[in-house]
Amino acid sequence: MLNPRTIQKIVFALFGIATVVIIVPVAIVFLIILFNGLQALTPEFLFSMPRMGMRAGGIFPAIVGTLYLIIGTAVFSLPFGIFAAIYLTEYAADNWLKRLVEVAIVNLAGVPSIVYGLFGLGLFVIFLNMGASILAGSLTLAIMTLPVIITASREALNAVPRSFREVSYSLGASRWQTVRKVVLPNAVPGIMTGTILGLSRAAGETAPILFTVAAFYLPRLPQSISDQVMALPYHIYVLSTQVPNVSVKIQYGTILVLVLLVFIMNISAAYIRARFRKRKLW
Amino acid sequence: MEKEKIIKVESLDFFYGKFQALINVNLRVEKNQITALIGPSGCGKSTFLRCLNRMNDLIDGIRISGSIQIEGKEILDSQIDLVTLRKKVGMVFQRPNPFPLSVFENIAFGPRVHRLARGEELESIVRHSLESVLLWDELKDTLNKNALSLTLEQQQRLCIARLVAVKPEVLLMDEPCSTLDPMATLKIEELMRILKKDFTILIVTHNMQQAARVSDFTGFFLMGELIEFDATSSIFTAPGDKRTEEYITGRFG
Repeated sequence: MLNPRTIQKIVFALFGIATVVIIVPVAIVFLIILFNGLQALTPEFLFSMPRMGMRAGGIFPAIVGTLYLIIGTAVFSLPFGIFAAIYLTEYAADNWLKRLVEVAIVNLAGVPSIVYGLFGLGLFVIFLNMGASILAGSLTLAIMTLPVIITASREALNAVPRSFREVSYSLGASRWQTVRKVVLPNAVPGIMTGTILGLSRAAGETAPILFTVAAFYLPRLPQSISDQVMALPYHIYVLSTQVPNVSVKIQYGTILVLVLLVFIMNISAAYIRARFRKRKLW
Repeated sequence: MEKEKIIKVESLDFFYGKFQALINVNLRVEKNQITALIGPSGCGKSTFLRCLNRMNDLIDGIRISGSIQIEGKEILDSQIDLVTLRKKVGMVFQRPNPFPLSVFENIAFGPRVHRLARGEELESIVRHSLESVLLWDELKDTLNKNALSLTLEQQQRLCIARLVAVKPEVLLMDEPCSTLDPMATLKIEELMRILKKDFTILIVTHNMQQAARVSDFTGFFLMGELIEFDATSSIFTAPGDKRTEEYITGRFG
């Protein structure tokens, strides 16, 4: 028989190994991308148009396109997401309708992204006649991002201590004044963190933009929100499967740019969270 | 001569769901006096206090009947404006609970919410409020400091000043000293004696010595009933009810 202490050591060693194993694939993937893509990262690659059927030149329009889509997604999803979260957390009575909405939000978060893509195609591109455009793509990505933003915002709002609300009411502040002056300012860091994470997921998605905005090859910058754009995730798909004889360097360089973009967004979300957690004293 | 009664409570019943937390409470509170509410945990004294500014409204499933008049106005009326009521009847909580803002912003919160003042006028309200709780000299050079970095006693004073800034008539204090040490407690009690010149104060307390030291009138609650209500001197020297006597002599509670 092993003694309890030995058993404990073995068990925790197994847990430790499991934890390390999680890092391994991430590290390998990232290192391969970094190793193969780093030489491609020149100013010319980042800031010039693709040439020779995307086999040379840069990926500037795809970077710009993805940035536009992130901004567009934020514009549409932020107000709706935050307003809905405030309504559900601070105003809505706890009844069957509220629970129905909550169930809907959870399920919305679980819908596969290709379904959003087809939904966007049907509603925005065809029915509302927007055509494949930044507008239609942003709206589609916004709907996909909404559940993340609503859920994160609700958590941030709920984390504001009840005593803050009580004091505010006891001083004669109305419900709205309480939300506006007490609850929201203290929930902003949490809301921002959740929003950035949601947007970073949107930045990397291919399926929702496939039919709603993404252009196969469009070596110029968009002029208006009804234009199509190239976007990094779709461009990666195109470079690796649709165009023959693209150099590995360009493929990996494009991937590296997208990974770094998402990485920077996630790091800044973590940074905001850490910073405000330190300041929080309650 | 009959002194002015600012609060008149008649046959007040209060339910949390099916549980009756207050049973037929009748009480009259004199203006510019300190009224202490004592009793064991769960006796309903805090619930009663929270009826007076309708803070219980924040809880689901409550029911209330009877009458509470404050300055002649029925506050249980569903039509009553809660903003006006709470401006008139302010509350100090058990734990000091300043907002995570500067000293100045904490006090300016109420006046801003009620649009009472801005600019220099607001500054003078802040100053006056801090003076009235004897904090001005300590804090006048650090008005921009985060209120959460103050000592607990200073925080509780600040919370009182934050109330004073909206110029209420009645101050409800729900065990305001329970997180403070004995020295700080004495200082807050001293402050209460000063404040009663301008305000009517109701204090819920677990500490019988505190009730005896600071209050003019005392009410004893037990299991949701107001057992006895009288001048503090008579309650503590010659209680009329056996249960009051047992409680204040420490037989239970």
